[in-house]
Amino acid sequence: MIYRETGQFKTTYASDQQLFPILQDRVFVIGLLAFAFVAVPFLATDYLFRAILTPFLILSLAALGLNILVGYCGQVSLGTGGFMAVGAYAAYNFAVRVPQLDLLVVFILAGLCAALVGVVFGVPSLRIKGFYLAVATLAAQFFIDWAFARIAWFTNDTPSGSVSAPPLEFFGYLVHGPQEKYLLVLAIVSVAALVARNLTRGAIGRSWMATRDMDVAAEVIGIRPLTAKLTAFAVSSFFVGMAGALWAFVYLGSWEPLAFDVNRSFQLLFMVIIGGLGSILGSFLGAAFIVILPLVLNQLPTALGIPLSTAMISHIEFMVFGALIVFFLIVEPRGLARLWAIGKEKLRLWPFPH
Amino acid sequence: MNLRELEPGTGQRKVGEVILAVEGVALAFGGVKALSDVSFDVREHEIRAIIGPNGAGKSSMLNVLNGVYRPQQGRITFRGETRSHMDPHRSAELGIARTFQSLALFKGMSVLDNILAGRNLMMKCNLLLQALRVGPALREEIEHRRRVEEIIDFLEIQHVRKTPVGRLPYGLQKRVDLGRALAAEPRVLLLDEPMAGMNVEEKQDMSRFILDVNDEFGTTIVLIEHDMGVVMDLSDRIVVLDYGRKIADGTPDEVRASQAVIDAYLGVKH
Amino acid sequence: MEALRRPVTLAFFALLAAGAVSPMLIGSARFPQWLEVALGGLLTGVLYSLVALGLVLIFKASGVFNFAQGAMVLFAALTLVRLAEKMPLVLAIALTLAIMVAMAWIIERVVLRPLVNQEGIVLFMATLGVAYFLDGFGQSVWGSDIYTLHVGMPKEPKIILESVFDGGVLLDMEDVVAAVIAAVLVAALTLFFQKTGTGRALRAVADDHQAAQSVGIPLNRIWVIVWSVAGLVALVAGIVWGSKLGVQFSLSQVALKALPVVILGGFTSIPGAIVGGLIIGLGEKLSEVYLGPAFGGGIENWFAYVLALVFLLFRPEGLFGEETIDRV
Repeated sequence: MIYRETGQFKTTYASDQQLFPILQDRVFVIGLLAFAFVAVPFLATDYLFRAILTPFLILSLAALGLNILVGYCGQVSLGTGGFMAVGAYAAYNFAVRVPQLDLLVVFILAGLCAALVGVVFGVPSLRIKGFYLAVATLAAQFFIDWAFARIAWFTNDTPSGSVSAPPLEFFGYLVHGPQEKYLLVLAIVSVAALVARNLTRGAIGRSWMATRDMDVAAEVIGIRPLTAKLTAFAVSSFFVGMAGALWAFVYLGSWEPLAFDVNRSFQLLFMVIIGGLGSILGSFLGAAFIVILPLVLNQLPTALGIPLSTAMISHIEFMVFGALIVFFLIVEPRGLARLWAIGKEKLRLWPFPH
Repeated sequence: MNLRELEPGTGQRKVGEVILAVEGVALAFGGVKALSDVSFDVREHEIRAIIGPNGAGKSSMLNVLNGVYRPQQGRITFRGETRSHMDPHRSAELGIARTFQSLALFKGMSVLDNILAGRNLMMKCNLLLQALRVGPALREEIEHRRRVEEIIDFLEIQHVRKTPVGRLPYGLQKRVDLGRALAAEPRVLLLDEPMAGMNVEEKQDMSRFILDVNDEFGTTIVLIEHDMGVVMDLSDRIVVLDYGRKIADGTPDEVRASQAVIDAYLGVKH
Repeated sequence: MEALRRPVTLAFFALLAAGAVSPMLIGSARFPQWLEVALGGLLTGVLYSLVALGLVLIFKASGVFNFAQGAMVLFAALTLVRLAEKMPLVLAIALTLAIMVAMAWIIERVVLRPLVNQEGIVLFMATLGVAYFLDGFGQSVWGSDIYTLHVGMPKEPKIILESVFDGGVLLDMEDVVAAVIAAVLVAALTLFFQKTGTGRALRAVADDHQAAQSVGIPLNRIWVIVWSVAGLVALVAGIVWGSKLGVQFSLSQVALKALPVVILGGFTSIPGAIVGGLIIGLGEKLSEVYLGPAFGGGIENWFAYVLALVFLLFRPEGLFGEETIDRV
C-alpha cells in the first residue's frame, strides 16, 4: 500500500525518464540525503565518522567504479586495488609537485590518470574474456604494486616507502576533523553516484550492457566492442582512482602500496557481488556490508562472552566472507540490491497479502 | 496468389535498382564448405527470400551479408561500394540491420532499452554530456525515446516495454528483436527465420509487420524462412540454396516450378 | 588470425629463448651460473605446474576455473603437517587424502550442485568464496604458524658437471625429486583422461553439463571424482612445496601463480600445465636474477602475470588449448 504507483501518471517522456519516477522513491532519497547532510553531522560520534561512515563512502565510490566495469559491462577485474593506488599516488604527486593546484582539481586529475592506466590495461579485454581477463588484470595489480614500491619517483624519493598526504585545502578552506571530512566525501560521492546513474541510463550504459549480454549482436547493431569496453575501463578507473585518492588523503593520511594490494581488489569484488552486479544501489549496500561485518565480528565474541584472539577473529572473518559469497551466489546472485527491490515489491501490497 | 499484388493502395511501391549484390561468395569453416560460388542481387524496396533445406547455408549467407563471417572468396556490393567482406560495424553504419535465429537479445535489459540500443549509432552526445544529462544529451534521449515508442506502438508491445526481455514469451521476444533492428531505420533488413517457433496467429502478425515495414518505410527485406506458404505470399523474388550452392533464383512462380528446387526438397531417386 | 598462429607461437618461443640466453650474450653472465639459475627456474616451474595441474583437471572436467586450488594446496599441506605431528607419516598422508576427498564431496554438494547451470563467471566467483573460506577454516583449525614438513625429501644440494665446469653446477636435489614426482603424476593423469571411461565422461562433462547429464553421465559423482583427484594433486603439491618452503599462509599466494601457468599452457591441457610452468619458472628466475638488480628486485612478483597477459593477446587459448568459435 505504501509503495503503490497508482495515480502517478506520466504525460511526458521526460518525466517518465527522470531519475526517480515514483514519488515514494523521490521522497525517500531526498529524505535520506537531507538526513545524511544535515542530521548526521550532529548526531554521529567521531568514532562513527572515522571507522564507519567515511570508509564506507569512499569504498562505495570504488565499488561503484568496479560495478560499472564488472556489473554493467561484464569485464571481470581483479586489479582494482592497483587502480586505486594509481589514483592515490597520482594525487600525491600532483599535490606535492604542483602545490598551486586546488585539491579538488588534484583529485580529478588523479582520476584521469587512473582512467588512462585503466584504458591501457583494458586493451587486452578486446581479445580476452571472462576469467582469462581476470588473470590478466592481476598482471595490472602486481605490476602496479611493484612500480609504486620500487620506482622512487612515484614516492618523491621517500626513503621509508610510505608517503603522507598534504593537508586538505579546498579553495582556501582547510578541511579538518572527522565531521568535515565526512561531509567532503559525502558531497563527492553523491555527485559521483548521480553521474554514474546518468551514464548507465544513457546510450553509453546501454552499449556497456549490450556488450556484456551479447557482444556479437552488439557489434552488429553498431556498438563497437572496443569503444564500449574501453570506455567502461576508463569511467570505472576514474571512479576507482578518485576513491583511491580519497582513501589515501582523507581516510589514511599516510600510506604505502600495501594499502592497495590484491586483497583490496578482492574486497571490492566481494562488495560488488554481495551488493549486486549492475546496480548503483548495490555498490553502496555491498560496501556497507563489508565495512560493517568485521566490526560486528570483532564485537560479537566479547558480547557473547567468548574470548577469541585477533588472529582467530580474522580467520573467522575470512570464513564468513567466503561462505557469504557462496551463499549469495546460490540464493540471490543479484545480491542485496535485488533483495531491496523484492522488499519494495512487497511494500506495494503490504499490509494486504495479495 | 502473391499478397504483394493483392495489397490495395500500395501498388505504387516501386522496386528500385540493385542495392545489394553478392558475387562468387565462398565460405568454409575448416573443411566444411558452407557456401560455394553464390551470386545474386537484391533490389531496393523488394522482399527477397532465401530458402533451402536445412544446412543449405542460408544463415551463413546472411552472416556474410552483414560481416559476421568473412568469406574466403567473392565480393559484396552495397550501395555502390564493392568490398571483399563486410565489417559488422560498417554494415550497421551503412544501413543494414538484422534479426537473429536465436534471438541474441540483451537479456539483462528491458524491451525499451533493447530497442533504444538499436539506435546507438544515432546518439551523438559525448561522454561528458551524457554524464551530466543536460541540454543536448537530455533532448537526444527524449527524441530517441519518442522514435522508439513509435516502433513499440507499431509492434504492439507497449504493455511490456519496461519488462526485462528474458521474462517475455518467445513470440514477444521475436518482436523485440525485430524492433531493435527497425530502430536503426535501416535501408536493408535481414531477417533470419522470423517466424520460427510461431503458431499460425503469430505468423500472421509477423507477416503483417514485415509487409508494413516494407510498405511504410520502403525497407528492403532479405528473409530466410522455412514456411513455404509465408515465403510464397510475401516475397517478390526468391533465392534457393542447397548444400551451399544457388540452385534457383526468380519469382515465386518460377521457383515453384523449378525442377531443381523440387528435387532438392523432395529428393531425387537414385 | 588463424594463419598467424603458427608463426606467432614460433616467434614467441624464439623471443623467449633469445631473452633467456641474453644474459650471457649481452650481459656478463657465465654459463655455469646461468645454468644454475636456469635449472633452478625450471625446477621451480615444475612446482608451479603441480598446482596448475589441479586447475587444469577441474577445468577440463567441469569447466570451472577453480580459484580455490591454491587454498586447497595450503589446506592439504597444513592438515598433513599437523596430523604428522601425532601419527606416522604414511597414516597422516592417508588421512589427509581422505579429508581431501571428503572436502571434494562437500564442495560438490554445497557449492557446485546448486550452481550447476550458471555461467562460468558465477562458478569462478563461487570458487573465490571457497578459497577464502578454506583459508580461514584451515588456519582457525590448524593454526597459522609456520610448520616444517618432513617427508624425507633430500635436503642437500648436489654439485654436478664438476668435470665440465670449474666448480660445477649447483643442483637442488629436492627440486629434482619434485620434478620426477610431477612427471609421474602427469603421465598417470594423461593416461587416465585418454584411456579410461571415466576420463571420457569427464571430458564430456567439461564440454556441456546438460548434454552430458542427458546421456546419463552422473554429473555429481563425476564432479566428486574430479575434485578428489584435484585434491590429491593439491596434496602432492602441498607436500612438495611445503617441504621446500615450510607450510605457511604465503603458500596460497604462491599458488596464485599457477593461474598464469594455466593461461600460458591452455586451460584444458595437461602437458600445457607442465610447459607453461617451465616457461614461467625459467623466465621468472632469469629475469629476477639478471634484470632484477637494475630495479631493486621484485620482478618475480609480476613477471608471470605480465608474460601471460602478453601471450593472451596473441593466443587467447594458450599454447595447447582449444580454440572456441562463437556461433551466432
